[in-house]
Amino acid sequence: MINDEVEPLNLKKLQSGDQEELTKMVQQYSDSIYRVALRMLNNSAEAEDVLQETFIKALRSIENFEGRSSLSTWLYRIAVNEALMVIRKQKPEVTLIQDDFSDVENDGISVSQIVDWCCLPEPEFLSNETRIKLNEAIQKLSDNLRSVFILRDIEGLSIHETAQVLDLTETNVKTRLLRARMKLREELSIYFSDRLMEN
Amino acid sequence: MEKHLHCKEFVNTISSYVDGDLSEELCEELDKHLSECDDCRIVVNTLKKTIDIYHKQAEQDKAPDDVKDRLFYRLNLENFKK
Repeated sequence: MINDEVEPLNLKKLQSGDQEELTKMVQQYSDSIYRVALRMLNNSAEAEDVLQETFIKALRSIENFEGRSSLSTWLYRIAVNEALMVIRKQKPEVTLIQDDFSDVENDGISVSQIVDWCCLPEPEFLSNETRIKLNEAIQKLSDNLRSVFILRDIEGLSIHETAQVLDLTETNVKTRLLRARMKLREELSIYFSDRLMEN
Repeated sequence: MEKHLHCKEFVNTISSYVDGDLSEELCEELDKHLSECDDCRIVVNTLKKTIDIYHKQAEQDKAPDDVKDRLFYRLNLENFKK
């Protein structure tokens, strides 16, 4: 969800340490990086730490940035890795269990909720209560599924860019995305079915 | 719903379907299935809505001003922030 209409950054100036240009880069990307960190960690203090560490690392290593991916993809990659490091420090046992196969190749995709709640009034979807529910639902996803969903569906990266950020194949991204989306749809369907009955 | 073969096939491709990331031929086949299957139509509509709500809610999310102030201070860029 980085705004593409902003003024393009001058990579040479960034790499030569031009502080005005570096400031522009931080201004352009700080909302997106903070949002990703907050969704990954569900903790505003930790998200702020990740935001700071991401830009500290970026400023330190931008002279080595080769432009094989876009600047935004590169920054997202640093941020996601920082967030995953925080998670791994907190839950090392989960990291060991959660390999690439655990999300992708286990049981089939569950479709148990068949209720059409799309007809609810639009303000229902943007309420604070819904916001809390969305957050709860996304936190129930594994880190592997959550990171794919955040980058692709919240930040609006392409499948290719998401694969670049997470160092996955595009097929793997698509598989994880399917599972993440369907799990969230199930969760929201339960919630909005109740709302439908109350309306 | 999962007992029908077509519905199962549909669920496995639903994510690529909503992204418009399928061949024209497969897309037409799934459109045909959707026109005949109320359950799958509900699943695809609620899936699209799920993605849409997350995206719209996130559009409102920005890093708070005090968080940005501390970030620029930490990076020694506070004098350049407009």
